[in-house]
Amino acid sequence: MSLTTAHSVVAPSANAKLIAGTIIVAYALISIVPLLWIFATSFKTPPDSIAYPPKVVFQPSIEGYCNLFTTRTRQTPEYINSLGPATGFCDETVRKRNMVIAGPSNFLPRFVNSLIIAFGSTFCAVFLGTLSAYGFSRFKVPLADDLLFFILSTRMMPPIAVAIPIYLMYRELGLSDTALGMILLYTAVNVSLAVWLLKGFIDEIPREYEEAAMIDGYTRLQAFWRTVLPQATTGIAATAIFCLIFAWNEYAFAALLTSGTAQTAPPFIPTIIGEGGQDWPAVAAGTTIFLVPILVFTILLRKQLLRGITFGAVRK
Amino acid sequence: MLNRTADSVARATPEPLARRVRGISDKGLAWLFISPTILLLLAINIFPLFWAIYLSFTNYRANRPNEVVKNLGLSNYRRILGDQDIWIAMQTTAHFVFWTILLQTLIGFTLAWLIDRKFRGHAFWTTIILVPMMLSPAVVGNFWRFLYEPQIGLFAYAISFVSGIPPTDIQMLSNVSLAPWSIIIVDTWMWTPYVMLICLAGLRSIPEYIYEAAEVDRASNWRQFWSITLPMALPFIMLAVLFRGIENFKMFDMVNLLTGGGPGSTTEVASITLKRQAFESWRTGYSSAFAIILFVAVFGLANIYVKALNKVKQR
Repeated sequence: MSLTTAHSVVAPSANAKLIAGTIIVAYALISIVPLLWIFATSFKTPPDSIAYPPKVVFQPSIEGYCNLFTTRTRQTPEYINSLGPATGFCDETVRKRNMVIAGPSNFLPRFVNSLIIAFGSTFCAVFLGTLSAYGFSRFKVPLADDLLFFILSTRMMPPIAVAIPIYLMYRELGLSDTALGMILLYTAVNVSLAVWLLKGFIDEIPREYEEAAMIDGYTRLQAFWRTVLPQATTGIAATAIFCLIFAWNEYAFAALLTSGTAQTAPPFIPTIIGEGGQDWPAVAAGTTIFLVPILVFTILLRKQLLRGITFGAVRK
Repeated sequence: MLNRTADSVARATPEPLARRVRGISDKGLAWLFISPTILLLLAINIFPLFWAIYLSFTNYRANRPNEVVKNLGLSNYRRILGDQDIWIAMQTTAHFVFWTILLQTLIGFTLAWLIDRKFRGHAFWTTIILVPMMLSPAVVGNFWRFLYEPQIGLFAYAISFVSGIPPTDIQMLSNVSLAPWSIIIVDTWMWTPYVMLICLAGLRSIPEYIYEAAEVDRASNWRQFWSITLPMALPFIMLAVLFRGIENFKMFDMVNLLTGGGPGSTTEVASITLKRQAFESWRTGYSSAFAIILFVAVFGLANIYVKALNKVKQR
């Protein structure tokens, strides 16, 4: 079998492979540079980060991470000397710049908000999506195609256009700047993706399994619970990760509808400023912490990516 | 063994509910399963949409909720269609959508075609290329402001290193003629992998025997590309273009953080105009009308998309 493909008349020649490989590797390396630069900047000191020419080799420092998690105030050297010995690396670094740590920054609460809202909305969207997808996949629903299109079309609206009435509605209902409001909103946005993806996954599970279970005396609900759900685990997991990534990355709604208690990380990170402008090492540190979970998920998901980004339109 | 779990589930459920659920008909169950989703979408998407339609006929301002709301009829719509700024914003959007899609399709398809040569390690490098598109456009777009800084920014430095132009002259974000390209570059960097991935699926869907037959007929590689590869991958390319078209038509987050619509209004795409009108000038009624117009436009695109989707499915 492998012999026939190796000698196939249409297999690319070794030369073609070499050229293709070189171009692809070059593109991959160039396209990854901005991300490596974020990572590198997060370990630079503020002076190193704005050096000209840009520094590729530098003494790594965790000052960016210190600045990300703390707020600092400038003090006189006399005052700093009157304090006791520094209590940790961050304390020491900050004092070298004639500052003292005033308290924790808002990054951690914002990051926790991101976690709560992303996981909360993902859970709700996947829960609702699984039920609907099963309904659409297995039962004759009147106007099924229209309903499915309706569900998808809600995703086509520009977020700002949706945000205007949502802003007013949440103000009336007291949901402005609350995690619950954001969870509801992200659930509504994600449920369309969840229904479309999961319908595809459930369509692929043969009906015979449930029918056999029902002949064995299971009710429809038990058959769904016992035979369909276990078979759909991969699809549900992939869908959940896609919903999670969307909610995690979302900026427009978060920026317009949250300002304080429920603000998530994406609108917060750009507001990190130091003395005299943006504190780039701290921004890079926040960005790095924010991006790492997505990197892990992307690698986990690489086989399902295509399906997820096309709402299940392209399967492989 | 199996029944024991079922029994414990049944026992845990309150008796009247259990009886109802056990005896539920398929039709009832279908509606039970589907209605929560529909209700949520009605509450969070459709009800606000109708509210926006109502507001679009008024002079309501969200920052003055106690003022008397006047009905203006169609005058908001008339003013928008005659508003020079709105048309400039639509042109900016069209410029952005056209160039991003052109670049992404050309580069994305080329990359997919090269990856399809199946050189050693292609799976690994494909995954590396895919990373940018999974990241938050807002958070990464924000960091590009740093890369674009003249002098200290890596992008300006790299360009000046290659071209010899002094790095202080490469003002990507503050130069009126370069700013529109700064957002196109970031969007192309982020979303080319998306087009590439869909094109790759298209290329891989072409059965090998067609190429073998062409080879037997001594069709040149050039000929094979134009009469087999491209036509057969076309539905996939179209799908990618439509998805990107809809997404970039709505583009807000990356542009808002990178340029905020500036300098002046050179990068003010439709969503940015909408945000400025709705959340900075607080012209809620006026911006609702603009939102409805945008929505109708996107909905038109969505319809085309669904048609293309069905076409792909039929293959």
